[in-house]
Amino acid sequence: MTRAVDDEFLALPLDACSDAALSRARELGASHADVRVVSILTSNTRVRDARLEGSVLDDDRGLAVRVVVDGCWGFAASDRIDVGTARQLADRAVALARISAPLSTTRVELAPEPVHVGTWVSAYDIDPFEVPEAERLELLAGRTAALVGHAAVSHSTATLRSVKERVHYADLAGTRTTQQRVRLESDVTAIAVDPTTGSFETMATTAPPAGRGWEYLTGAAVTVGGARAWDWQAELDALPDLLHEKTLAPSVEPGRYDLVIHPTNLWLTIHESIGHATELDRALGYEANYAGTSFATPDVLGTLQYGSGLMNVTGDRTVQHGLSTVGWDDEGVGAQSWDIIRDGVLVGYQLDRSMAAEFGLPRSNGCAYADSAGHTAIQRMPNVSLQPVLDGPDLDGLIGGVEDGIYIVGDKSWSIDMQRFNFQFTGQRFHRIKGGRLVGQLKDVAYQATTTEFWGSMRAVGGESTYLLGGAFNCGKGQPGQVAAVSHGAPVAVFEAVNVLNSAQEAGR
Amino acid sequence: MSMPQEIVERALAASRSRACVVLVRSTSVANLRWARTTLTTNGETVATSVSVVAMVDVPGGVAAGSITVNEPELPGVGDLVARAEALAIQDGAAEDAADLASGIDPSASWTDGPVVATSADFAELAPEIGELFAAARAEGIEHFGYAEQAVTTYYLGTSTGVRLRFVDPEGRLELTAKSHDRTRSTWAGRAGRSLAGLDLAEVDRELRQGLAWQANRVEVAPGRHTAVLTPSAVSDLMIELYWSSVARDAADGQSVWSSAGGGTRVGEQVGDRRVHLWSDPLMPGLEAMPFVAATGSSGSSSVFDNGLPVEAVSWIRDGVLANLISTRFTALETGLPFRAGVDNLRLDVAGATGSIEDVVARTDDGLLVTCLWYNRVVDPQSLLLTGLTRDGVYAVRGGEVVGAVTNFRFNDSLVAVLSRIADAGTSVGTLAREMGDYFNRAAMPPLVVRDFNFSTVSLAS
Repeated sequence: MTRAVDDEFLALPLDACSDAALSRARELGASHADVRVVSILTSNTRVRDARLEGSVLDDDRGLAVRVVVDGCWGFAASDRIDVGTARQLADRAVALARISAPLSTTRVELAPEPVHVGTWVSAYDIDPFEVPEAERLELLAGRTAALVGHAAVSHSTATLRSVKERVHYADLAGTRTTQQRVRLESDVTAIAVDPTTGSFETMATTAPPAGRGWEYLTGAAVTVGGARAWDWQAELDALPDLLHEKTLAPSVEPGRYDLVIHPTNLWLTIHESIGHATELDRALGYEANYAGTSFATPDVLGTLQYGSGLMNVTGDRTVQHGLSTVGWDDEGVGAQSWDIIRDGVLVGYQLDRSMAAEFGLPRSNGCAYADSAGHTAIQRMPNVSLQPVLDGPDLDGLIGGVEDGIYIVGDKSWSIDMQRFNFQFTGQRFHRIKGGRLVGQLKDVAYQATTTEFWGSMRAVGGESTYLLGGAFNCGKGQPGQVAAVSHGAPVAVFEAVNVLNSAQEAGR
Repeated sequence: MSMPQEIVERALAASRSRACVVLVRSTSVANLRWARTTLTTNGETVATSVSVVAMVDVPGGVAAGSITVNEPELPGVGDLVARAEALAIQDGAAEDAADLASGIDPSASWTDGPVVATSADFAELAPEIGELFAAARAEGIEHFGYAEQAVTTYYLGTSTGVRLRFVDPEGRLELTAKSHDRTRSTWAGRAGRSLAGLDLAEVDRELRQGLAWQANRVEVAPGRHTAVLTPSAVSDLMIELYWSSVARDAADGQSVWSSAGGGTRVGEQVGDRRVHLWSDPLMPGLEAMPFVAATGSSGSSSVFDNGLPVEAVSWIRDGVLANLISTRFTALETGLPFRAGVDNLRLDVAGATGSIEDVVARTDDGLLVTCLWYNRVVDPQSLLLTGLTRDGVYAVRGGEVVGAVTNFRFNDSLVAVLSRIADAGTSVGTLAREMGDYFNRAAMPPLVVRDFNFSTVSLAS
């Protein structure tokens, strides 16, 4: 189904505000000015043991004006969307740029971009905000009720976060775009408590967040090939027994293991060790005070052996249902896709217009994003994905090739250093592999590695049948802090001799 | 633009349900950001949000519907209330339903307008940053940093007569200095109600001290070492511990504070007897919201508690777990007293004295950690936290810093840490490197922890 931008958003004075702010900025001497009118609807619902714990609906709207005056940025924003406010914001932004001049030694330059005029809407069938609250609650309550009815489950929680983002963008060059995106994230967690020992284990669904509509939650959404986008019922049905098995599982013996990593876990490793490491603003040092820098510095572009020759990673803002997918970015740059790592070698970065210009590139690849009207656009992550191998092995084939290892499914805890070297991840399930077969679960597993060592150990990559688009709603970056949703596609992949810790032993338990 | 009080009254007048809560938040933020010794971004934003929580009689009890919008205009307020009431009916009876607070004296400042932060708040600081830049360039030092002044003014009104106002100013300054082709890096942060009067020269001295210490490198292998944690590093650890201290989770059996055999560990010795971890909304210099203002319910907050006073509370006293965060509902559910979460936190170690410099001088052999980063709970059962040291780890020998060592990943239980305190100093206001974005009212001591688990080397510099 092709959706349209909501009439209610289009009824806002989008063009009038843009015209007012841009003309005022031009009058005041801005060499560049852009305007965003933003409306972000967010719904958060949490259910515990089949009862609503809390539900909140948030409608965040505002108007933002960003200018470049004498080579300096100025930014001002308000929650009021009217022509008078638009002109005032232009005044304030220009004034702030002029105040900033004494502290600025580098002139802002922006890579050129063709003028775009158009409308774009993400791919979804049912707007989650058109689904009655009672229906949403019924679905979540039903899922937790089914779980707590199982002897192995003491408690169950379910969460649902729905977002509808609508943005009108206009700039002095003449670009004028309007777009609407929808995304959903839901998880259901089963908790097993042993009241005698006080020990507990949890297991959550591994369904990734998606740029889809309500149909994704009900299981009605399908992939291009016609398969279910996610089989919720099958996963929920399996959860109690898997959790029970985990409670009885032996604690892992720390050491080095071959790991077979499912995309529901590997997406996060990609996000942290590739996604953030290949942001050019980080690599140049612009995030040094907060998010950090990167080991993948520009001087090694084209030569850094990031990983094994099987490693091909792309950036894109185009993949259907991707959380970072747009028609145009928040600087009016058209959505693109490009190579970041080819045959294991670093070949590309993520860019916004100022980073592209500073790096001497003719065009940005469209990675500017602001998470609200109240924040200025910065370089944010596109969908960054590890590509499957054409006609590559399926899951059974990959597991069958491992003599002694661990198969990891689902994400949980994650941490990486500020230069993206040293990381540590856990997961939802850890299945022991012996002689190419799964022989039961382990618990207390955490894997720890250095980025290039880890990707260099990737000895097998699955085919398209193992590929899945994972991702997150909550990627943080920038000061003031901003969050962004981003997808990461991955096939199942095999890594050799990765250092595995026992988290219980690490805690001294 | 409508005054917040008008919005509150208009919304309450429009309410047709059992009860109604209206929270108006007027927020203004001014910020400066710099990197590579030049300003990068800046901004001034203003926003007012209105949250309406409608409490509606439904079969089986009382339901609550919560909607938050900005761009408030008086004519639209009635519609907002109607939407919240409709949402409540669909939500069904709330488990935490209770009578709203009443008989609470209104704030004396109720009729005052919102307080606003603007770029003018940087009038003193901006030129000083310019001077810092000039001096740094001459010496080959690069500066990166961020300054923010924010003010939020809260107006809470309820259909039971509550009229409360609270002004919440927050100032924050962070600086990272790098030198020698970025092989050396150090950080300093400050938090307070205002950036006015901040001693930037003192911050600069702290940064230069770190860079100077890094002239000498010392090899230290990963493993368990005595850690000398700055107040900032302690703050990141204690905020994680505090946020994990929720009564419902403990009673459910899914927390480090769950007791074998059921129930919670309240009353149990969980750390060094000198430890006192506490909060108080009236803590001087770290004043926090003195009443409950919740727009949604969860295990740690309830919309039905809106307007109730937030009291001072000891979370761990004399090393004994004393209280856990609860709502009135979860307090009844768990059999524990009602203890609303407080937006500040202080750790004191009885008998401890001195600054971080004094504590270093008393340390014979240890690793001084400037700050921690990317801290995440690995195992909630033991409250095992992992994370990384950042921007300066130094070897301390015989009470003196003898050089810089590599960064490390750590893995340690926060509860176990409380039992391995070797020394501590006096608590001071500090900025948590990582959590400061979300929680920047903390007073922490420098802490010396035995056998801190520096798990592996991080090559980051």
